Amino acid sequence: MAGIVRYGSYVPYLRLTRAAIGAGKGERAVASYDEDSVSMVVEAARDALRGGVAIDTLLFATTSPPYAEKLNAATIQAALDLPETVTSADLGGSTRMGVGALLLGLDVAAAGRCALVGAGDVVVGAPGGGRETLGGDAGVAFITGTDSDAVARVIGRASSTMEILDVWRLPEDRFAKQWEERFAADTLGPSILDTAKRALQQAGVGAETLSTVILDSSNPRSLAALPKALGLQPAQLADPLAATVGRSGAAHAGLMLARALDTAKPGDRILVICAADGTDALVLEVTEKIKSLPPVRKVDRWIASKRNDLAYNTYLRWRGILPFEPPRRPDPERPAAPPMRRHERWKLAFVGSRCQKCQAGHLPPQRVCVKCGAIDQMKAERFADTSCRIATYTLDHLAYSLQPPVVAAVVDYEGGGRFSCELTDVDANEVAIGNHLEMSFRRLFTAQSVHNYFWKARPGR
Amino acid sequence: MASNGIKDRVAIVGMGCTPFGEHWDKGPDDLLIDAAKEAYKSAGIEPDQVDAYWLGTMASGVSGLVLSEALKIPYKPVTRLENMCATGSEAMRNAAYAVACGAYDLVMAIGVEKLKDSGFSGLVVSPPPNDGTHSSMTPPATFSLLAPAYAKKYGVESDTLKQVLARIAWKNHRNGAKNPKAQFRKEVPMETICKSTPVAGMLGIFDCSGVSDGSAAAILCRAEDAHKYTDHPIFLKALSFVAGRAEGNFSQDYDFTTFPEVVASASDAFKQAGVKDPREEISMAEVHDCFTPTELVLMEDMGFSPRGQAWKDVLDGRFDGDGVQPINPDGGLKSFGHPIGASGLRMMYEMWLQLRGEAGARQIKNPKLGVTHNLGGAPGRCVSFVSVVGL
Repeated sequence: MAGIVRYGSYVPYLRLTRAAIGAGKGERAVASYDEDSVSMVVEAARDALRGGVAIDTLLFATTSPPYAEKLNAATIQAALDLPETVTSADLGGSTRMGVGALLLGLDVAAAGRCALVGAGDVVVGAPGGGRETLGGDAGVAFITGTDSDAVARVIGRASSTMEILDVWRLPEDRFAKQWEERFAADTLGPSILDTAKRALQQAGVGAETLSTVILDSSNPRSLAALPKALGLQPAQLADPLAATVGRSGAAHAGLMLARALDTAKPGDRILVICAADGTDALVLEVTEKIKSLPPVRKVDRWIASKRNDLAYNTYLRWRGILPFEPPRRPDPERPAAPPMRRHERWKLAFVGSRCQKCQAGHLPPQRVCVKCGAIDQMKAERFADTSCRIATYTLDHLAYSLQPPVVAAVVDYEGGGRFSCELTDVDANEVAIGNHLEMSFRRLFTAQSVHNYFWKARPGR
Repeated sequence: MASNGIKDRVAIVGMGCTPFGEHWDKGPDDLLIDAAKEAYKSAGIEPDQVDAYWLGTMASGVSGLVLSEALKIPYKPVTRLENMCATGSEAMRNAAYAVACGAYDLVMAIGVEKLKDSGFSGLVVSPPPNDGTHSSMTPPATFSLLAPAYAKKYGVESDTLKQVLARIAWKNHRNGAKNPKAQFRKEVPMETICKSTPVAGMLGIFDCSGVSDGSAAAILCRAEDAHKYTDHPIFLKALSFVAGRAEGNFSQDYDFTTFPEVVASASDAFKQAGVKDPREEISMAEVHDCFTPTELVLMEDMGFSPRGQAWKDVLDGRFDGDGVQPINPDGGLKSFGHPIGASGLRMMYEMWLQLRGEAGARQIKNPKLGVTHNLGGAPGRCVSFVSVVGL
């Protein structure tokens, strides 16, 4: 068998309150204008990979792929500076695919390989509908490995696949549709229960021994009867994060699992049920290894680190739902393929160079040292995780931005190296010289159907 | 490393300059023809007498054909060149070397820029195909970094610095008000400048030079031939150009209170001209006031003020039109305007007028040596041109 060896999570900084939408209580997480399902998975995976974990398989699940055709997992491979020899795949088409990918990742681990499984989603709904209000944006990542390395090993699993018109969307449609909810609730519900029972049976454990039960479905009503049918106590049910994040599509079940792992103790048993077009169920048992996990940023910490004064019309503009007057500046040019390929490690993995003669750091990487003039004596060095701080900064009111003003900073890296970049997830009033920053993988803009990914800096969260 | 200079070997014998502004009714061709006509007339020559041309333009056309077609030049060499905001000065510098070495006898350096056809706000520069990682900071943002750095290093209160910057803008507008060719010809009160809409950092609209169209031209020959064209030539004492290595962009040691490229080019120029004390010996200067803090820092980089003291000199009025060492007597980029390819030659045009006693209401008493300076790029990565010119 196999298990989860490492994990990481990511909830974006911004929140849209339901009051701002005019629909109820609580708030939903909102990926910023410069984030997408890929960038959020990169953030989650950085925690999972911290300290250097060797993986050979990369699986990415989403229902909001940045590209419909061009492998999104490849962008993740490049941003995480993973070897080009990995086996990679995108999974999509259903919010169940986050757990679906995890099951495949576990199969791969059982076969002696090691998979990074990422799931991310930016959930968009038509204004006025439930999907917009109840949805959320987030990313999660798991690394699978052998039983003996696992912090949570698989002790049971089951699946079902059901052809049902519950949630659907054509590729060319912007908003998904959903059939009358009672239909799927009544049709999917029994199948979910059956799958859950089969998983528990395979695990050979009773429902009463479960510390945490994670229930996630494209149709919330379909889960209503489950707790009673399984004999579960309310304390066993994981918080669905409806009031703080919203259902984050393919990432959501995984996000709830990461949150359970954040506070799990050895011996805890976790049941994960994810339903959409069928059900995937997984029973995990936490091991002693959970105590020696390197620190990760916990889900609750991401949730608590937030800003929730986003205006609804700003949100609608960012999602392309509301057209607006463009600035009198030229549209950005698409980045060109050959330079992007030549500079891939810089652009996507934030790898600069360090002169081996005088130790001067260079961002972007150079062949000729700016300090001592040595030619071709550079070594590649990744600055993405290097501690850095603001040397100076300015607020640019002229530069075009979807969240003006642009905060542009000159950033100094510990050990040498300097780079000017945009700050993101920042309150312009709280920027000060000397502030510590972290580098974050973002999607700067899209031009002529090409996404332009790169890095920005943001205050630590 | 040799930079021998060509002091007093080249003369300017004629100049022309169009008004700068929003010339909706004139294309680059029209502006070039207008400036060239004025320059030919100024030198008292027929167009055919010019042996070779240097055309400076950053974005208003490629190849010497832009000029040769407009002027119908009969099969002569036309070099089109560019070095960001130092483009016009570069045209002059290269033309000067061509006559100094004897390859040609009479040459024209001409610059043009047509910035108002784009429809966009602010300066727009399209880079070649690239990897999408280049900085999106606008020019006002990059230069705005100078202000807080200067204030911090020299212990100047933020409010005081704001006054200093406003004073620079006020001075340049006051000068421009006396200049019939300037884009903006009204004095602007200090209060208006201080309250202007924020553009970047501490800088408001009045801290930024405008976007405009224009052209300027110079006719050059060897010094010994100058008398053939005019009784009142002016002579190039120094020409210096430095392209930086972007050290400020990479190095944590760069503190945004200086332009090493300017320091290097000014030092080279003063050496070529035999100037030992720029503060005492330079009567007047046209410097690159793309933004107000730029002019402030340039005073120290050029040696007109000691380090950390320029702000006091500004407030004292040292650099005013009627001050001890007038800076940007024609209104500068700020009020004359900044059509990139033309600016360096427009600066020389003011030196031409001043040295010949033709500057009218702006006339400085008995100027001896003048300086023109251009800076292209941004703090941390730029080019710098400095010339010294006199009688």
